[in-house]
Amino acid sequence: MKELIGTTGLILNEPLLWEKGKKGRCGYSLPGRDVESFPLDNELTGEGPDFPDLSEVDVVRHYTRLSQWNFGVDTGMYPLGSCTMKYSPKTNERQAGLSGFAGAHPLLPSDFSQGTLRIMFELEQYLAEITGLDAVTLQPAAGAHGELTGMLVIHAYHKNRGAQRSKILVPDTAHGTNPATATLCNYRSIQVNSNEDGILSVESVADVMDEDTAGIMLTNPNTLGLFEENIRQIAEIVHSKGGIVYCDGANLNAVMGIVKMGKIGVDVMHLNLHKTFSTPHGGGGPGSGPVCVKKHLEPFLPVPRVVEEEGRFRLSYNYPQSIGKVQAFHGNIGVMIKAYSYIRSMGPKDLKKASRLAVLNANYIKESLKDTLHLAYDRPCMHECVFSDEKQKDDNVTTLDMAKRLMDYGFHPPTVYFPLVVHGAIMIEPTETESKEDIDKFIEAFKAIANEAKENPDLLHDAPCKSKVRRLDEVSAARKPCLTG
Amino acid sequence: MKEISELNLPADLRYAEDHEWAKLEDDKVRVGLDDYAQDQLGDIVFVELPKVGDTFNKGEVFATVESVKAVSECYMPVSGEIVSVNNSLEESPELVNKSPYGDGWFVVINPGNPSEMDTLMTNETCLKKLKGTE
Amino acid sequence: MRYLPHTSEDIDLMLKAVGADCLDDLFSTIPNDCLSKDDLALPEALTEWELDSHMSTLSGAMAVSPDYKVFMGAGSYEHYIPASVSYLLGRSEFVTSYTPYHPEVSQGTLQAIYEYQTLAARLLGMEVATASHYDGATALAESLLMAVRVTKKGKVAVSSLIHPFYRQVVRTYFEPTGYEVIELPYLKNGLTDIDGLDELNDLAAVAVQSPNFFGCIENLKEIGEKVHNKEALFITCFTEALSYGLLKNPGSQDADIVCGEGQSLGIPRSFGGPALGMLASRKKYMRSLPGRLVGQTKDLDGKRGFVLTLATREQHIRREKATSNICTNNSLCALAAAIYMASVGGTGIKKLAELNHDRAEYLKQELKKAGFRISFESPTFNEFVVEFPEGFDLVYDRLLKKKIVAGLPLSIYYPELVNHYLLCVTETMSKNDMDALVLEVKS
Repeated sequence: MKELIGTTGLILNEPLLWEKGKKGRCGYSLPGRDVESFPLDNELTGEGPDFPDLSEVDVVRHYTRLSQWNFGVDTGMYPLGSCTMKYSPKTNERQAGLSGFAGAHPLLPSDFSQGTLRIMFELEQYLAEITGLDAVTLQPAAGAHGELTGMLVIHAYHKNRGAQRSKILVPDTAHGTNPATATLCNYRSIQVNSNEDGILSVESVADVMDEDTAGIMLTNPNTLGLFEENIRQIAEIVHSKGGIVYCDGANLNAVMGIVKMGKIGVDVMHLNLHKTFSTPHGGGGPGSGPVCVKKHLEPFLPVPRVVEEEGRFRLSYNYPQSIGKVQAFHGNIGVMIKAYSYIRSMGPKDLKKASRLAVLNANYIKESLKDTLHLAYDRPCMHECVFSDEKQKDDNVTTLDMAKRLMDYGFHPPTVYFPLVVHGAIMIEPTETESKEDIDKFIEAFKAIANEAKENPDLLHDAPCKSKVRRLDEVSAARKPCLTG
Repeated sequence: MKEISELNLPADLRYAEDHEWAKLEDDKVRVGLDDYAQDQLGDIVFVELPKVGDTFNKGEVFATVESVKAVSECYMPVSGEIVSVNNSLEESPELVNKSPYGDGWFVVINPGNPSEMDTLMTNETCLKKLKGTE
Repeated sequence: MRYLPHTSEDIDLMLKAVGADCLDDLFSTIPNDCLSKDDLALPEALTEWELDSHMSTLSGAMAVSPDYKVFMGAGSYEHYIPASVSYLLGRSEFVTSYTPYHPEVSQGTLQAIYEYQTLAARLLGMEVATASHYDGATALAESLLMAVRVTKKGKVAVSSLIHPFYRQVVRTYFEPTGYEVIELPYLKNGLTDIDGLDELNDLAAVAVQSPNFFGCIENLKEIGEKVHNKEALFITCFTEALSYGLLKNPGSQDADIVCGEGQSLGIPRSFGGPALGMLASRKKYMRSLPGRLVGQTKDLDGKRGFVLTLATREQHIRREKATSNICTNNSLCALAAAIYMASVGGTGIKKLAELNHDRAEYLKQELKKAGFRISFESPTFNEFVVEFPEGFDLVYDRLLKKKIVAGLPLSIYYPELVNHYLLCVTETMSKNDMDALVLEVKS
């Protein structure tokens, strides 16, 4: 490698907000007073919060400096498995920021909110088409929230039939949100183990499926980046005992326009707009987790629903079997507008192409690194591939060490130590927006690191060394938490 | 992590399958986590202990131990009522790592069925078992 | 397509390296009966300029200021957002980064959220605040579930003056749990009636909103005392975060858990989302909190740094025993709130809150002078309820055509309150706007 991507540069230290400022400064243009004062009773008023007083320059410099300590997708490749860190188009931001969308009150009479209502209605239709399902709610705020909504729908469905069930099947490769969600719905999670090919076998599901099981929560493609090939037969078994098939749609980026989940046995699934549909991750959120369902589950969806009558749109609460509400208002509209813009910009052909290229990129990485890292499952993968640190054991180097060293090379690490079925897992999802040159550099970097593991492992143990801070003491942070300043 | 040969498993204690140790003290039983367990868990950041007066059967979860990235459950080696709890672990969970058999003890139990002590392993059996999994 | 960098040459080279003849071969593990035969029935792609035009038309079909004067709050408030806030939120290092699981390359987000947690805790007068939840309603649901976990009791009481949508969300969350939700009625003065608490036992928590849905300021200290006598946790919630720039904060009134909506703090209304769920509690309940927490620590060289901490509460470690299933939160919205609070400052927020209160009071007094009845006598912050005469809905519709939204009719949520309207005034309504409204409703 001639010149590494990761280099040092002058970034600035920046104190905490309350370590700056001076009393009396202000970074805000206080509106003029055109009404008299109406003082409230002393009993009711307080001192006001102990906030620092900062000028606009103080605030702008503070956050500009902080931002420079972050690595984002716009900085470089961010191959986090199952997160789909694809490029977030800037036109999407422009659309969500239009004043008609940004300034609207959620309870405006429908005649005065036709623009946003139309976007919601059309987005629901697009998502129904992409998933092959019949009805959609846009209300959930994130993937896990969508999972909760979907599971509440399942719970309501069984209650409506007079037969409440107590268990739900969850594969061993499931994301932690799946069993956590099941608990919120008072379901006991029954683990189903994947077979030696990394997917669920029909027998393992048949063994545990019974009439006290509400259904199964699968992820397809699963968190090993593999397509659940037996999904149709598994769905049949679950359905035959009156259960519902829930699909965690976090990995939809592998199969847009290629597989329609609703046509292969799935009854309800959630989508992550902040993954598959390019809306930005924002340092942890906000996201949006729409839920799509088959017709027989539609009555249970949260209210309000968007309805169309002769080209006009309105919100309707007239769904007596609805589970109620999962958010105060109608969902993360700002995020939905970005996803809508993405779908309108890509069109049907390029959405399918995106999935095909995402899968190509992942397989290319798999082939290129399988001699360097231990490949957990030597089979064709979908949009992500999973390795482990097995080959580096003798060098006394772990997955964590390699991940930290990648930062010095100018890449964000992939997902590590998940899924749990692979010890020391390294889950790499490049997405389709990474070019061949950048992927080649990533591959080169990993090979160089594997070499360093043999020749100079301390470089990895001490990594990262080019970032603003080095490895942090997470033990003390957990023993003696300091959560406010 | 330690090699099996480096582990300290005192002879005067008894050991459960999940690596809790038990020590007969007059008619009471003191319990903690053995050297293998603390070594495997890594730096312990938090221990959740039961309250004095709580009763559990042998094999029931009576405490949880947390490292930064994992949580482990601890199972009663014998049945009984909790008569004493090591409150120092709240401020200093690292005692479990530094002194698993001394200041890092978890609880003292008033055993409901003292003969259950005989079902636990000696240090030799425990060591053999660990070598077997090696 | 500008987001897909692969040339046909790239694709050929990569297929070769993989040992596949064409892209279709990469999907060989998918059974034939799972493959979609048709193309997606979606509209053809728009160019960036066609999209601009399309969205501009849709955006134009929305009733927003300055054209429209919308006197509605009810959980979504219009406040001025400084250009500096929007500008800083556009920095792509904040926008396009992920959850800070690798702290060495995410110190920007981590320090910013630690600062947010601190400012939120100070605003609410509490010891620890989380890194954000979806919105005020879900934060309330999570708070009640937290109280059930902490007290190990299965019954909660909530005021009927908590936002109707918040109560609906609570019921939806509680439906499969088997826990009981009891509603406390309200008094003629527009405050919660807590007398009913005397008969209730085994309560995990009692939740009250202040300022409540009618805009009235509850007597938190008195309620808190009664709740604590019942050995239940005292939960307070809010929909208008700015009110604590002026009012006594819930922490000073002995709240155990405080939750609510932070959208007023620099986040646009955006038809209801994304919003900002705020949640804070006493330190002793820290390990039962749902959601992410950022903590301060040091690195190998002894430099100050920040990390996500107490992660063993969360779903990725505790799985079915987690304190919540939350993963993605509303981090960027929390950042917006922090930047807003930093810009307005301690001195500024008090003045801004006073202005909100005084403007709303002005409208209240003018409507009184014009002969309308103010429904509830208790002091309010920036929202209040007015009783308009029978047939006012026709006036309301006439005003809509004049681009004035004269409040929120309450009868849908409180059937006993026909002809009562919830009005909201913030710093964005001028005296002229209010005078115009009064003139219109008088005629």
